[in-house]
Amino acid sequence: MLNVGSIEQGFVLDHIKAGKAMTIYHDLRLDQLDCCVAMIMNARSSKMGRKDIIKVECPVDQLDLNIVGFIDPNITINVIEHGEIVEKKALGLPKEIRNVIKCKNPRCITSIEQGLDQVFILTDPEHAVYRCKYCEEKYHGHRRD
Amino acid sequence: MHRQLKNLRHVMSPLDLSVEELDHIMELAADMEKNPGKYAHVCDGMKLATLFYEPSTRTRLSFETAMLNMGGNVIGFHSGNTSSATKGESVADTIRVVSCFADICAMRHPKEGAPMVAASKSSIPVINAGDGGHQHPTQTLADLMTIRQTKGRLSNMTVGICGDLKFGRTVHSLISALVRYPGIRFVLISPEELKLPSYVKEEHLDPNHIEYKEVIRLEDALPDLDILYMTRVQKERFFNEDDYIRMKDFYILNEEKMKLAPKDMYVLHPLPRVNEISVDVDDDPRAAYFKQVYWGMYMRMALMFTLLELEVK
Ligand SMILES: [Zn+2]
Repeated sequence: MLNVGSIEQGFVLDHIKAGKAMTIYHDLRLDQLDCCVAMIMNARSSKMGRKDIIKVECPVDQLDLNIVGFIDPNITINVIEHGEIVEKKALGLPKEIRNVIKCKNPRCITSIEQGLDQVFILTDPEHAVYRCKYCEEKYHGHRRD
Repeated sequence: MHRQLKNLRHVMSPLDLSVEELDHIMELAADMEKNPGKYAHVCDGMKLATLFYEPSTRTRLSFETAMLNMGGNVIGFHSGNTSSATKGESVADTIRVVSCFADICAMRHPKEGAPMVAASKSSIPVINAGDGGHQHPTQTLADLMTIRQTKGRLSNMTVGICGDLKFGRTVHSLISALVRYPGIRFVLISPEELKLPSYVKEEHLDPNHIEYKEVIRLEDALPDLDILYMTRVQKERFFNEDDYIRMKDFYILNEEKMKLAPKDMYVLHPLPRVNEISVDVDDDPRAAYFKQVYWGMYMRMALMFTLLELEVK
């Protein structure tokens, strides 16, 4: 595998579906972070055939990773400190999702109001049901790309 | 400057009010009806803004009358004269502007969630006066009050709901509000195409262990009911013309069918009606749909009184 230097402190997002690293880069707003990011795309994986990996060098409290649990629960996150994996982060579902999915209800105010965030609230954690904060339109399960 | 409140609250859905708060508002509404003089000046110098982005004359007049009855004034717009007031302006900006003029606001909007956007930017209480097919809490308040005033209670009864149970927002709201009272049973009367959606059952009926049955013909349900809530069945909702012709009379209430109903079964309807309640029912003492309009106005009075944290001296 193509080797990208190991990181001192930060996260490794592993088992990303091949080709999806760039989308996740944007969803996590890594472009707005003043830190070093390495993306490995189309790496060989015994589990998945092909996969993407993202390595982020940053203080561990600087990134809200909850959204990853919504985007794809199969992604694994390793927390790195002093160059070593200190934690394999379990992914839950975020209570609120902001500007990641759009409300599909054409009658929803989010379809016309300018500058309004797209906000979804987790209303049924057991069944992974989200609802638009404004019109209560259901969004079921994880993000479908 | 608008009235300063200890606790700024908005009402987006009937469930924003607890059962206790609703009880209090209903008691207040009953007192307002009995002693109008006591409340005639509680809103002196205050203003209600009615922001109606789509027409609903009945709801708007009800809100406006409610404010006038408490000595306040009314400002606002309704579609037809919205031209310069709101064209292109966001709901968020409009409410910030209106917050500078008025003490409380009632908003009607064709887009679902618009009043919630307003509420999030508002420094005055916002009442949802209907947002698309989503919520219309003061209609539900009127429905509950009418049931309470006609039956003397909101618990232990069988409520029949007839017509379009699939798309009827007032129906879903009423069900969600009624399941909070003990001993409520429903008889859901509709054609197959317009049955109550399963998500309403899953969210409101099943978790509260509410007893209900579904029937196709109104006549079959009538003898068992304490309340009959009628809604309109629109022709376009049927899959085919034959079904419509075969079934349309099932959902029309007339004098003949009223003979099958108990003497104390009251008939409600969110209005406007077309032909689903024939006019020969209007003089029946059990026809309560105009009482709903009457009580709706007092409920709006009581709701605004509560949100404005007013007191009678
Ligand atoms: Zn929405």
